[in-house]
Amino acid sequence: MSGAATPAQAAGSDRALADGRIAFYRHPLAVRLTHWVNALCLWLLLMSGLQILNAHPALYWGEISTFDQPLLSFGAADGPAFPAWITLPGFQDLAGGRSWHFFFAWLFVLNGLVYLGYALRSGRVRNVLAPDREQLRNIGRSLADHLRLRFPHGDAARGYNVLQKLSYLIVLFGLLPLMLLTGLTMSPAMDARLQWLTALFGGRQSARTVHFFTATALVAFFLIHVLAVLAAGPLNEMRSIVTGWFVIKPEKRS
Amino acid sequence: MSSITRRRWLQRTLTALGGLTVSACDRISESPHVNSTLDWAEELNQRVQRVLLGRKALAREYTEKDISREFRANGTTNPDTEEYNALAKGRFVSWKLIVGGLVERPLQLSLEELRSMPSRTQITRHDCVEGWSCIGKWKGVQLSRVIERAGLKPNARFIAFYCADTLELTLDGTGQYYETIDLVDALHPQTLLAYDMNDRPLDIAHGAPLRLRLERQLGYKMAKYVMRIEALESFQKLGRGKGGYWEDRGYQWYAGI
Repeated sequence: MSGAATPAQAAGSDRALADGRIAFYRHPLAVRLTHWVNALCLWLLLMSGLQILNAHPALYWGEISTFDQPLLSFGAADGPAFPAWITLPGFQDLAGGRSWHFFFAWLFVLNGLVYLGYALRSGRVRNVLAPDREQLRNIGRSLADHLRLRFPHGDAARGYNVLQKLSYLIVLFGLLPLMLLTGLTMSPAMDARLQWLTALFGGRQSARTVHFFTATALVAFFLIHVLAVLAAGPLNEMRSIVTGWFVIKPEKRS
Repeated sequence: MSSITRRRWLQRTLTALGGLTVSACDRISESPHVNSTLDWAEELNQRVQRVLLGRKALAREYTEKDISREFRANGTTNPDTEEYNALAKGRFVSWKLIVGGLVERPLQLSLEELRSMPSRTQITRHDCVEGWSCIGKWKGVQLSRVIERAGLKPNARFIAFYCADTLELTLDGTGQYYETIDLVDALHPQTLLAYDMNDRPLDIAHGAPLRLRLERQLGYKMAKYVMRIEALESFQKLGRGKGGYWEDRGYQWYAGI
């Protein structure tokens, strides 16, 4: 079963609680810290990003802006396309939005490097995040269970299930690096050094568009992530990502 | 609690929470301490990009078929002062670029003299800080040649560009457009004082008679309607001291991203 893939050191940290449940150390400190720094960064990057987008709320495909034929444009003729309550600063201020955006972009990158260093050294990617063959074979059942909001219990909840693993892998090694790369592609200075990046995304305006849609995908991930936390037991989930300890009921095997 | 009062209660709580967040955010984003912390990122951007790019890395150059059909003109599209209008009426024949400050040989160069100097033509992408991009063809004299002709004094560190346009009317004159760049950018081979755009003399909307092209940075650095350039040791005494019209209004001095 999937729970068997839990690393040995986690199993060694089991603590039996008085009511027969078992608490085990699920999230190491490095993961908890980088998770919350990342959450803060993404939230502020989203808000300051919408502030920046408000300065020219239209997206294009290719190298340049075809003003009369945008791929997508937002908002009405008057007033900002994205309302003040979702932008940072909370008033029209492109310069301020850029300052916030670049500051938290750096923090996001440094935090990401810390996580990456930890995840690779500790074997977390292989042991915790990579789905095994059996999990991949049963992906259909896992999906059906999730749609009915039925989550693994007992020992099966020790490790991540296959949908968790895949979505975390996609976010960590797909969407987040894509945000960084498309962001860098928009820099006229970086373009003088990394012209292959601009070519990869099909032009600066394409990169800007991909930047926006990748951010949208991250917002979608966030919503599903929070919904899953609420459905799977918000107290237990929050405890584990704050203190590291996750509680399971071993007798209730499914 | 009936569902209606519960809903109203929920609505009020959310409004209050939202209001709190917004006002807290505004208080934070207006604090000078926060802003000076955020400025680290600009410093870091500049240092890292300078290391990655070096002095020589060239911005991408495109082909004729990539040129934008519509090249948006931003900021001032006509300085519209008496002096400027008179110059424009005479097709800038009586206009002269004044080169001064920390130079060995102050110069006054007419458009004809600039045109007779060796030129460079480049088709490049213009990235506006707002997010849009256009591709245009620029011909002009490399700023490095003008600097070489004037001869920099050893303590010169920046080149300032003073423009004919006033973007904001202020009592102290700080609404006048100006820009500053350092010598790394000033001596870059693609840094031009451009007088032609798309094979025609620069039109008024795009900065006639002369504008700066600074291809590795954003559009607001590329001063239009350049009247005078000056070599300086520091730009602290210009405008409000931040090194440019938009810089004085919160934008980054280094605009490589």
